[in-house]
Amino acid sequence: MVPYFSILIMMGFVGILGTAALVMNKIMGPKNFYKDKLSPWECGMPPVGDADRGHFKVHYFLIAILFIVFDVETLFLFPWAVLLADKTISLFIFFEMIIFLVILAVGLAYAWKKGALDWV
Amino acid sequence: MLIEYILFIIFAVIAIMSSLCVVTLRNPVHCAGYLIVTLLQVAALFLLCRSPFLAVVQVFIYVGAVLVLFLFVVLLIDVKKASMEIFKPKHRPLAYGVLAILLIETLVVIFVGGLEKIRLAAPGAEVKVETIGRELFTSYIFPFEIVSVVLLVAMVGAIVMAIDRRG
Amino acid sequence: MNFAFSIQDVLGVLPEIIIALGACAMLILDLFLERDKKEWVAYLGIFVVILAAIASWCLINTAEPYVMGRMMVIDNYSLFFKFTFYLATILTLLLSINYAKSADLDYRGEFYTLMIFSLCGMLVMASGSNLITIYLGIELMALPIYVLVGFLKNDTRSNEGAMKYVILGGFASGLLLYGMSLIYGLTGTTDLAGINAALSAGTVSPVILTLSIVLMAAGFCFKLAGFPFHMWAPDAYQAAPTPVTAFMAVASKGAAFAAIVRVFLEALYPAYAEWQMILAVIAVLSMFYGNTVAIMQTNIKRMLAYSSIGHAGYALLGLVAGTGEGSAAIMFYILVYTLMNLGAFAVIIMMRKTGKVAGDSIYDYKGLAKNNKVVALVMLIFLFSLAGIPPMAGFMGKLYIFMALINQGYIILAVLGILTTAIAAFFYIRIVLFMYMKEPEGEFDLVKSCALYIVIAISVIGVILLGVVPGSLMELASKAALLL
Repeated sequence: MVPYFSILIMMGFVGILGTAALVMNKIMGPKNFYKDKLSPWECGMPPVGDADRGHFKVHYFLIAILFIVFDVETLFLFPWAVLLADKTISLFIFFEMIIFLVILAVGLAYAWKKGALDWV
Repeated sequence: MLIEYILFIIFAVIAIMSSLCVVTLRNPVHCAGYLIVTLLQVAALFLLCRSPFLAVVQVFIYVGAVLVLFLFVVLLIDVKKASMEIFKPKHRPLAYGVLAILLIETLVVIFVGGLEKIRLAAPGAEVKVETIGRELFTSYIFPFEIVSVVLLVAMVGAIVMAIDRRG
Repeated sequence: MNFAFSIQDVLGVLPEIIIALGACAMLILDLFLERDKKEWVAYLGIFVVILAAIASWCLINTAEPYVMGRMMVIDNYSLFFKFTFYLATILTLLLSINYAKSADLDYRGEFYTLMIFSLCGMLVMASGSNLITIYLGIELMALPIYVLVGFLKNDTRSNEGAMKYVILGGFASGLLLYGMSLIYGLTGTTDLAGINAALSAGTVSPVILTLSIVLMAAGFCFKLAGFPFHMWAPDAYQAAPTPVTAFMAVASKGAAFAAIVRVFLEALYPAYAEWQMILAVIAVLSMFYGNTVAIMQTNIKRMLAYSSIGHAGYALLGLVAGTGEGSAAIMFYILVYTLMNLGAFAVIIMMRKTGKVAGDSIYDYKGLAKNNKVVALVMLIFLFSLAGIPPMAGFMGKLYIFMALINQGYIILAVLGILTTAIAAFFYIRIVLFMYMKEPEGEFDLVKSCALYIVIAISVIGVILLGVVPGSLMELASKAALLL
């Protein structure tokens, strides 16, 4: 059988549930759209420019990139954690991962000191 | 085996349909949403190929991280203007021509090139997370450590580009 | 997989480790320095590179070249390239210190740190004996340079150049990876020697092999700015801060050559008949395109960008020859190209007056000889060397390449090479004429800096010495060359 088959089934079930909720809403929900209701509210004035989009801080983008970096780092921890049970190489790979983490910790320290993590 | 076959058909059909939505829909946010669906289907296909680690990588990196970045970019650009962009009709024959050539080329490579001879693993064998880890942390120790330096540079580069504080 | 890890493995990659840790140290040091002391980051960088060079020196003629489970190979070929990169990086750092002050970039120590990170990638590329290591080296080399090209953030052209470079660079990486994965599918290994063995056995599908060779050639040619894949080069070269342009032009091109020569000669040599034609076409087109379009340029950085496309064509011809002689000629050529190009860029930086950018247009060089005879003379030496006029080193570099071709019977390619050299001479000599024959239009206000003088002195001595007595260095290169 396919490994992790139960997880596959669960994901499928979640997907079906979500889609079903959306479809049911589409079918059964009351629909009463008109122009004024759909337009974004801006002080009672007709909206100017990109009122519906709002302002977007570039800082979000930086956070997203830092997130990707640490996301990739986390990914490497999975096979590492599985392998740690093997006593013949556990010590070796333990220090190997420590080196990996220390190099990335330098990046974290740099980001911190540069104020990349400050919001204002 | 039959249930796997049925599952494969389901995932593949959803993947193709949602990827068609990605390229045909006008609103970039909807496109990104359908891209998530496509990538999740591909992750499920990896699972069917008995590569659970690859499936996790797919969900983690693409769905988790890259798509977040995608959506941020979509928010940074002007959605209304982007959704108004349409191809000019006179450019369509060119696009269809390129598409046809690529399709023929792919078919030639698959059926004439002898791709079916390529066997990377015994059919049906599971690629365990442990197997990948053992290779990664012993034979590929040096590339693994280089990856950490590449990630560090990516981080530094992003900060250099985004933060401009003097003093 | 039996795996034995010993101290030998660590010693083999000690230069890379020193550079990576040194770059981290520079990153940390930069956080604690005041604005007017940022140049200490650059001095630390030079110190780190010298340390790595000493470590590399101890590895010459090492008994067991393969380390880290055959991921890296420490042969004399890689060490030759590594010393070229060390030299290029030190000279670029010296150029940068003064430039950063005048371009208002000196509040960022990362300018120097990113170069050292890039150097780390180049070392990995030169030593990689596995497609995975080589690919990671390419990415580690390119990533800092993307950022460095866009370092002038208030300059929209700099942003545009960086943007083009990133997007096309990502595309080329994709092509390269696709080619590599097809090779892996065909041979079942990413180890270069293993690929060679599998291809020699001759059971692989020729259609897919050709496809993967085309894809890999395209990916590599992007990195070394060969003709159909050069589109990023003029914009990125012109827009980048001048020391970064120099660094890109010499070091990243050199690293791309180190990797492509190793991959094509060590792994893909059994398919020589398939790839020599592809590379020959790319080389000839690069020579013609680069050298003819350079004639029309009025911006000197853009002109040197096109000329670098032409130079990539000449060096590729050495690979087309497919012999040890050819690869030795490439090694010599890259070293010479590094010296003469860095020298020319040093003069360009010297022309830069404080406050406003000057020295970018070729018309700025009018009457330079009337004002400063020494600077005009060294610029003349570099330009003659780039054009390939004896007795400068550039001539010897081209000569060895053409000799390697003729010895393999590629007379037509050698003739085409010589023909384009004649075209190229036109735009180099035009600047010489501007310097010596025209009257100066304004006041020259040359930058006076000890670091710039050192760079120019080293380059001039190197260019003349290698031009007059190239023998001993060429002998070194021949001994270190691949495929003897």
